[in-house]
Amino acid sequence: MSTATQTEIGIDRSVGDFRYDVNYEFDAGTGLSAKTIDYISEVKKDPAWVREFRHDAYRKFLEKPMPTHWASHDLDNIIFNNIRYYLSQGTEPKRSWDDVPEAMKLTFERLGIPEQERKFLAGVEAQFDSEAAYSNIKAAVGEQGVIFVGSGEGLLKHPEIFRKWFGKVIPTGDNKFSALNSAVFSGGSFIYVPPGVKVKHPLQAYFRINAENFGQFERTLIIADEGSEVMYMEGCTAPKFETATLHSAVVELVALKGAKIQYVTVQNWSPNVFNLVTKRGLAHEEAEIKWIDCNIGSRLTMKYPGVVMKGRKARGEVISIALASDGQHQDTGAKMIHAADETTSNIVSKSISVGTGRATYRGLVHVPRHLKGCKNNTECDALLINSKSRTDTYPAITVRGQGNSCQHEASVSQISAEQIFYMQQRGISEGAAMSLSVNGFVNDLVQQFPMEYSVELKRLIDLEMEGSVG
Amino acid sequence: MSEAIKVEAVSDRFSSTDKQREAASTVREEASPWPDWFRDQQAAALADYEATPAPARTDEPWRFSNIAALDLTAFQPAGPVTSEGGLINASQGLEEFSAKLIFGNNTLLHLDSDSLPQGVVLQPLEEASRENEGLFRKYFMAQPVELGSHKYAALHQARLTTGAFLYVPKNTEVALPIELFHWVEGENASVFPHTLIVCGENSKVTVIDHFKSSDGKRAFACGVNDLHLERGAQLTYIAVQDWARDSLAFHINSTIVGRDACSTAITANFGGGFVRGESLSRLVGEGSRSEMLSINPMDGLRQIDQRTLQDHVAPYASSDLLYLNALDDKARTIFAGLIKVGKGAHKTDAYQKVRNLMLSDEAEANSMPGLEILADDVRCTHGATSGEINEEELFYMESRGIRQSDGRRLILNGFFQSLLERLKSEPLRAHLSRMISEKLGIQM
Repeated sequence: MSTATQTEIGIDRSVGDFRYDVNYEFDAGTGLSAKTIDYISEVKKDPAWVREFRHDAYRKFLEKPMPTHWASHDLDNIIFNNIRYYLSQGTEPKRSWDDVPEAMKLTFERLGIPEQERKFLAGVEAQFDSEAAYSNIKAAVGEQGVIFVGSGEGLLKHPEIFRKWFGKVIPTGDNKFSALNSAVFSGGSFIYVPPGVKVKHPLQAYFRINAENFGQFERTLIIADEGSEVMYMEGCTAPKFETATLHSAVVELVALKGAKIQYVTVQNWSPNVFNLVTKRGLAHEEAEIKWIDCNIGSRLTMKYPGVVMKGRKARGEVISIALASDGQHQDTGAKMIHAADETTSNIVSKSISVGTGRATYRGLVHVPRHLKGCKNNTECDALLINSKSRTDTYPAITVRGQGNSCQHEASVSQISAEQIFYMQQRGISEGAAMSLSVNGFVNDLVQQFPMEYSVELKRLIDLEMEGSVG
Repeated sequence: MSEAIKVEAVSDRFSSTDKQREAASTVREEASPWPDWFRDQQAAALADYEATPAPARTDEPWRFSNIAALDLTAFQPAGPVTSEGGLINASQGLEEFSAKLIFGNNTLLHLDSDSLPQGVVLQPLEEASRENEGLFRKYFMAQPVELGSHKYAALHQARLTTGAFLYVPKNTEVALPIELFHWVEGENASVFPHTLIVCGENSKVTVIDHFKSSDGKRAFACGVNDLHLERGAQLTYIAVQDWARDSLAFHINSTIVGRDACSTAITANFGGGFVRGESLSRLVGEGSRSEMLSINPMDGLRQIDQRTLQDHVAPYASSDLLYLNALDDKARTIFAGLIKVGKGAHKTDAYQKVRNLMLSDEAEANSMPGLEILADDVRCTHGATSGEINEEELFYMESRGIRQSDGRRLILNGFFQSLLERLKSEPLRAHLSRMISEKLGIQM
């Protein structure tokens, strides 16, 4: 199994751990000030409203306190003045693979991007530090009117759609990091799917941090018009640096009446990356938004994908897998805001803590007054591998009024010694037995991932479990 | 308290003033039932109360809480009760009990401990501080208050005047329950009830704490109880809170469970306008067990804010929490529970569940069931559900001639009664069961 899938989308750690020296054409320098924001605006030729938006966000960023009253104090190790906020080789993404600079091409080829595209993707965008280096959409999909471009291009070329939804699902001041993103955002995807269009193959984006001390702040906005369907997948890697790197994205999804959006993330940042991402979707009547979120990498991830169910019978779902290895803290979860009758939400979270790893589930479910027939189901299961491992669960559920039902269940357990013994008896080594057991634990969720990802995930779990015994 | 204090415009009448501090230092010679070292502790506690900032909305232990409800300005120290005899006569609990202790407005009114077994000590706290100083010093408020109300625990300690002290020596079983009554009387009166229970090795006892208002007027209660179970001890502790429906109350509980000891605690909240309950169970010995149960029939504008901690320090311990809330009218509940399994607390078996039964469109239930696990060989589960009465059950009863309103009450009664099955003592179960039914307006 493992050899056959070597060339699949790389989410294996070692695959991402390389870098090239790149001569950046644009570099905003180290540190953050109003000047940095002006520099980014200059380079990106921002319209006046975007520049204003950035400055306003910067003020909010300065006002907002670090959320350490509830979140990890590790956040205090992010020194905002030591980070580089903008690095690029030009703001126009290349449409043809041949035009991509050699060093970047090598990067993405190692990660298998064009290969993937040839195989089954409907479109791909690859971001290298601040800007999209390559962006292409298959002709057939483009003809249907689907727009898939970088967010910078989106706001310049499609302002009528972009501006209507940009910053509407996640307000600038939602939290300190969404404010930071709003101030310095660059890159990310903009997708618009016209009414009734069902994009058969997934659209994919690939995020790559190459430079040391760099902060990546991509901004993604996906709008699925009435009755349309789209699936978006993102992957991310970075080389291992000694110093902390920051990734702070904002992702907004809008599913109009009857639309369906599936958003798949496989996060495999190197263990020096602070991954602080705000993701939220707005589901209109009978629309469906599903986040499939897998966190394997990073030093500290704080990510709670949310769905605001604004229209009747809207549906939100979060499927989350977190693997916290030595030194990692995966602080993940979900947010479900029911804002209309008969809305339903489902959260399934499974986490595995290995070595000194810590996995945290943090959830919020909110059912306001005078709604009828809202349902939420939350299940969180945690598996602890070693005696030093740690897991936490912090859900918050608010229900107002009768006629709704919410249930939350969580369990924490160890790998069953009996299972391991049984397998060992049949000649399977302890390590392999552990892998099988862990894979069995997440199997029902892994199957919801696109095939390429699920195969990789399994393989990755095998790798992580190696040497975790004893 | 004199008029002078009002003039000095302190935020509440519990803070000290320069005059008071002066007075405290000179009044030493005056006869006080408390030893000097305790009064020093009280002075330190008062300073602590004053120095500790009031809870803010952004404090995680006060998430979803109602900070505005914590305003103490209106409250004043309680005066003497109008009729001691009346309160003593009204202190009716079980038919058979082994001892009874009655307090009214921070004063001991009655003590009946004649039928307690040899060696069992039941006395007011101030007496214990002198006669059983060693035990008192070791156990009195020995646990730091970790669940958010540190400030109010300090206030409690500073303003405490009396309370119940129970010591059950090694290998002693008190067959019949001990009943404690804490009354409050008067508009805006403040009481500081305290119960300290120390169960020696392999002892066994049942205690019922009653918290009552004699006149149904708004009051402020700030109570603390400390329960200590030494190796193999068995304690059943029942708190029946029935303050006036617009009172402000803090009930801060800590239970320390030693090796192979077993604590079963039930808290029933029938009264109170805003009640903040904090319950900590610390399992410090192997094989210890703690059951934390709560019954909360909520209606009107009443709010209850409960924070719990199941702190597993030792391996092979188990804890089981079940909180039942029924929410009618505009009632509001907050449940924030945490199971914490420390490093090395292997073979922990912990369970936590809150169930909210929503009876009205205006009610609000907030649940935060939490887990923090730092040991791997454990089994921990928690759950939270919010739902409504099953229409089919109501229909079933209606079709048999039971009116819908009665049917609802019956279902509610069944919802709460299910929890009493945890009690081994039949008379105790019957007594609590009757109390629940009465509160729900069901004719027995």
